[in-house]
Amino acid sequence: MIQTLAFYLFAVLVTASATMVILSRNPVHSVLWLILSFFNAAGLMVLVGAEFIALLLVIVYVGAVAVLFLFVVMMLDIDFSELRAGFMKNFPIGVAIAVVLLTELVLGIGAYRAGALQLGAPTGDAVPIPGRGNIDSLGAVLYTDYLFLFEAAGIILLVAMVGAIVLTHREQKATRGHQNIGKQVRRNPDEATVMKQPEVGAGVEL
Amino acid sequence: MDYTASLYATGAEIGLSIAGLILLLVSAWTGTRYARLVTILAAAALFGAMIFSGHLMAESTAELTGDAFGGLFRADAFAGFAKILIYAATIACLVVTPKFFDARRQYRSEYPVLMLFGAVGMGMMVSAVDLLTLYIGLELSSLASYVLASFARDDMRSSEAGLKYFILGALASGILLYGMSLVYGFAGSTNYLAIRIAFADGFGTGAMFGVVFVLAGLAFKVSAVPFHMWTPDVYEGAPTPVTAFFASAPKVAAVVVLARMALDPFAGQIASWQQIVIFAALASIVVGALGAIGQNSLKRVLAYSSINNVGFILIGLAAASAAGASAMLVYLAIYVPMTIGSFAALLMLRDEDGNALETFDDIAGLVTRRPAIAWSLLLLMFSLAGIPPLFGFWGKFVVFQAAVEADMIALAAIGIAASVIGAFYYLKFVKVMFFDDRTERGIATSPAGHWAVLILAAVIVSPLGYLLTQPLGAWADRAATSLFIPV
Repeated sequence: MIQTLAFYLFAVLVTASATMVILSRNPVHSVLWLILSFFNAAGLMVLVGAEFIALLLVIVYVGAVAVLFLFVVMMLDIDFSELRAGFMKNFPIGVAIAVVLLTELVLGIGAYRAGALQLGAPTGDAVPIPGRGNIDSLGAVLYTDYLFLFEAAGIILLVAMVGAIVLTHREQKATRGHQNIGKQVRRNPDEATVMKQPEVGAGVEL
Repeated sequence: MDYTASLYATGAEIGLSIAGLILLLVSAWTGTRYARLVTILAAAALFGAMIFSGHLMAESTAELTGDAFGGLFRADAFAGFAKILIYAATIACLVVTPKFFDARRQYRSEYPVLMLFGAVGMGMMVSAVDLLTLYIGLELSSLASYVLASFARDDMRSSEAGLKYFILGALASGILLYGMSLVYGFAGSTNYLAIRIAFADGFGTGAMFGVVFVLAGLAFKVSAVPFHMWTPDVYEGAPTPVTAFFASAPKVAAVVVLARMALDPFAGQIASWQQIVIFAALASIVVGALGAIGQNSLKRVLAYSSINNVGFILIGLAAASAAGASAMLVYLAIYVPMTIGSFAALLMLRDEDGNALETFDDIAGLVTRRPAIAWSLLLLMFSLAGIPPLFGFWGKFVVFQAAVEADMIALAAIGIAASVIGAFYYLKFVKVMFFDDRTERGIATSPAGHWAVLILAAVIVSPLGYLLTQPLGAWADRAATSLFIPV
């Protein structure tokens, strides 16, 4: 009973907040609605027993991706009304693409249900361990069988970080806005001023 | 799982990673002051990894294949051969790099660190016997390459090359990953052996799609036609030492990965992928030969030359036999010094202001100005064209021999005919350097490191290289047989 209630609560909130993501005029509000919808999707995942995905949704999507969206929306000066201007013009193309995707989904799932696709049988190395949650089971596989790849993935992230710094970091030597008082005080009239005797009609060259 | 054996088999990768991490700390604390020292230490680490890989290769047998981490990684003779080539090419590229960037005050100690991590990724790729290991290794090496391509960040063309390489490389990775997910879906496992068993009675339609996507993604990485369009632009824009690296080490890694993929998990269905490889081989030879004809930029010509060479290498793979795989490895071992030598020569061609001489007009009459460079380039170009007394001929010879032995006489004949077209622009190098009127631009003196790499490459491709045919053939045969293990 309480499960059904919780399901409808989360499901209604997911769809409602997802609709608001599209409908709200202010992009910052859109991102906030998106965060709400992520939270409720996480609730749905808990209900089906996929607590790992629920945690991923909260930690990765809310914690990192949505905050990144917020940064982008707030820091880049994007004129959203201009982006929205072509909406009616592109609407038919959007609908066409949606129809294509839908047909593909229906065909693919239909073919699978009809038995036209012979999928491989899982080798069974990674069956969930009975009596343990799926975070436990995933961790048990990740830190034993796939330890090597897990560490290598860490090095990939390190390389990405080093790369970003190498390509953007500059030695801060001559940034604007730094006042060198000693240099200002050492200035003398000879180098600071010039005498000009401009001819009439000819400009002054500075 | 036996961790001691696993750590031993992955020793080269682990050692290089630790070296990379320590050098990264050094470079973080000392900035650019000790960039030269970091480069030397990185080269030393790569040399150590090369010795260790050779040792692993020497002790591997049919029983002791060096499987590690429960079938994710295999340090067999095939991987060992490729790793020795990759590490040697990376060392050569590290040797020629600092002087190039020093002139523009752009050298930073992160450069050798990124090269080290790239080498780790390539080592993982060639040793991968699981789709996951392959993908992670590929991403590690690609990510390092993207940064290296735009390392001269004040240079518009370098940034453009980096961006182009990044976007197209990400697209290729996406295609590859999509293919892998299909293969995984239809085989039920990511392990090469399990895939081979699952596909023993043929590919279904869906699995065939997966195989085609995987091959297309890898063809992109080896820059085989029709996925070659990025090569000339990226090679031209990237800083020349980085181009030398792109044309050598990652290419070896990608070719070896393609060979292992075709001859291990897909080995049960040779007929299904053979025509794809034959098409890519022929198209690469023809496009590589014709595309370079109208080019004036030397780096673009060498880029097309690398496309052309990939075609010859793929002929060895198309033969789908141990002899073909061995011929492919021999060709790679000859291709690496030829291409690094050519780029080292390009690096040495700069005027007194440090501007690179990058077009045919700039090298007119080079023999009267810098005879040593001109004669070395002559050897390298004749060797790339496959003219007999030079070592490049031997590579083409073994590849065509393998194709003929596998009853692919037509393929070999078309390949030989197209290599004659390709000879046109290699000979154009020689004609411009030796017979055209000299231009008046001066050429600066070259650092000793560049001379060392150029002369070493020239000696290897010269007829003296034939002294290597015995050991090289024996090692390549050993590597190729380790690939053909029965299920």
